[in-house]
Amino acid sequence: MPEATTGSAAPERLAVAFAHVLRESGIGVSPDATVTFAQALAAVGLGSRPGVYWAGRATLVNRREDVVAYDRAFSAFWLDRRAVQAATATRQVAAVSDDGERPADGPPTGTPDGERVLTVRYSRREVLRTKDFAAYTAAELAETQALMASISLRGASRRSRRRRRGRPADRWPDLRRSLRRGLADGGELVLRERLRRSERPRRVVLLCDVSGSMDVYARALLRFLHVAVAGRAGVEAFTIGTRLTRITRELRRPDPDTALARAALAVTDWSGGTRLGSELREFNTRWGAPGMARGAVVVILSDGWDRGEPDLLAREMRRLSLMAHKVIWVNPLKAAPGYAPLARGMAAALPYVDDFLEGHSVASLQALAEVVAGSPGTAELSRLPISG
Amino acid sequence: MPAQPQRPAPGGPDEVRKALADVSYLADEGLSTVVYLALRLRRPLLLEGEAGVGKTELAKALARWSGGELLRIQCYEGIDAAQAVYEWDYSRQLLHVRTAEARAQASGGAVPDSLEDELYTERFLVRRPVLAAITAPATGPAPVLLVDEVDRADDEFEAFLLEMLSDYAVTVPELGTFRAAVPPIVVITSNRTRDLHDALKRRCLYHWVEHPGFEQEARIVALRAPEAGIVLAREVASAVERIRQLGLYKPPGVAESIDWARSIAALGRTSLDEQAVALTLGAVVKYHEDAELIRANGMAGLAAAAARQRPASE
Repeated sequence: MPEATTGSAAPERLAVAFAHVLRESGIGVSPDATVTFAQALAAVGLGSRPGVYWAGRATLVNRREDVVAYDRAFSAFWLDRRAVQAATATRQVAAVSDDGERPADGPPTGTPDGERVLTVRYSRREVLRTKDFAAYTAAELAETQALMASISLRGASRRSRRRRRGRPADRWPDLRRSLRRGLADGGELVLRERLRRSERPRRVVLLCDVSGSMDVYARALLRFLHVAVAGRAGVEAFTIGTRLTRITRELRRPDPDTALARAALAVTDWSGGTRLGSELREFNTRWGAPGMARGAVVVILSDGWDRGEPDLLAREMRRLSLMAHKVIWVNPLKAAPGYAPLARGMAAALPYVDDFLEGHSVASLQALAEVVAGSPGTAELSRLPISG
Repeated sequence: MPAQPQRPAPGGPDEVRKALADVSYLADEGLSTVVYLALRLRRPLLLEGEAGVGKTELAKALARWSGGELLRIQCYEGIDAAQAVYEWDYSRQLLHVRTAEARAQASGGAVPDSLEDELYTERFLVRRPVLAAITAPATGPAPVLLVDEVDRADDEFEAFLLEMLSDYAVTVPELGTFRAAVPPIVVITSNRTRDLHDALKRRCLYHWVEHPGFEQEARIVALRAPEAGIVLAREVASAVERIRQLGLYKPPGVAESIDWARSIAALGRTSLDEQAVALTLGAVVKYHEDAELIRANGMAGLAAAAARQRPASE
């Protein structure tokens, strides 16, 4: 076990220096964490490498995802004080080109929806609202941010176990308040105060397909994801391509450009193929079943073009539908004239979907927000009984 | 110096490991170091990890080690401070008031003015885990406060927890402030279903508890299910390792491995054959679909692979 190459440096100086290296690697380290680390170093002593490693990991790292960067920084700092550049590794973005299946009918191009309604005074904003994302120019994409910001993903309410003050007609007697009021009145004790269940909005989980076939839509939908995550608490966002990536933290910034840039760094499988079934299984196992999907509204934004086995997708959709309050599938291709859900993945998943919606324009996303909030929208399909 | 509850005072991580093993908990090097630091620096310990890896068990083991009580708060969505800290026993208070009124009526006198003061005394105070931990008797072993599955609670509860972990003081307006002389041993667990607030994480020492590897799991099963014997323990650990790769709805954790070994031993069997698997499948998988998947994948295969573990290399 190599001795720590610290010479006569004091633990405090080493702690500060190492914390600095970690910050360079992208791990947020607060000053009081550095202080705690110094205390921990004093407790375990500098002579034991595993001791120093675990002392740092317990005090400076508080997310599992940061462990990899921590390990790199640790090796660089404690074993070779000179070469600290290793700690700042550049991210590799792998671009996998998908030359496989393109849908036969193709995403609608050309005619924006706005042309169907011939009104002389039709405002530009309104045109943009109903225009298909695939037909956007770059300038329009940036402009659409303002429109999207107006969509609020409120989410249906669910009753919480918390009790709060209610009206005299409510169900549960509020002993605490009744007692205090009764005593204040100096005598007659009447259980007047009541409690009622408070409500809290349901969690919303957004799973966005970013594979090759979804490319033109993903750019716009990602902005919608950002608006949703930054707009209220309890919204989680993931991308699905060749792997599942959680981007909730990256998107949780008020400024859309920062958020999207961070998300773009985190996702390494843009425009690749899709394996919806296995990615959904990963979601269900790692996040959904432990609790994220329970009682939540889960929204899948995908065109259903999938390279994986339909059986696996069906199985995982079933599992998801058993846990979630509502499963909504948003398909950008649905609005195309003559669309029918023939793609294998789409057909396999449909029986487990509560609402099958369009997802090609800002207007359709506003409709999505309404369905998520639980206001009467047309439920396209009812859940079919599972046979076999 | 005022008397304090006695906490374990290990000299280093190795002592921690040994002490935990003595109370039937096998901790790896990382966890032992973090526990040592938590005890030495008097910081709460935050354990994150998947279900069934032994987070709650560690808190129980710590309580066995210190000899103190395990004070457990099981978090759920909507839990508020009252359930965690203290509550007044309203029913008893009401009863007391009614009795006083009846007595006054019978004797023709009036209800005494001191009635209200009587109601808010220790007699009617229900001490919940946090208050119990803070007011642990000075002579005697230190209790362990376990806040289990804090990710199920909401933001307000986290804020309350953060405040409590900052000064370990609880104020009961009618009685005064209770302050802990020494911070109690606090273990917080989370299944990582949502991100916890950074402020809470910074207050604690953090550790991600991994699934143990095959050797470690076999040792754990052998230790916690001694009736199974080391051979069966190894077979069970091997079979469970394979099961985890099948893509189940709910892959089994270490707790399930232990239960499985105990079930097989309870049937009087000493080895994992196909019939043993068929009979005891419910101990390791809890979903119908998962059981079907295992049957489809061939329990014979599981048993055969497990059999390749004999003879055990001690």
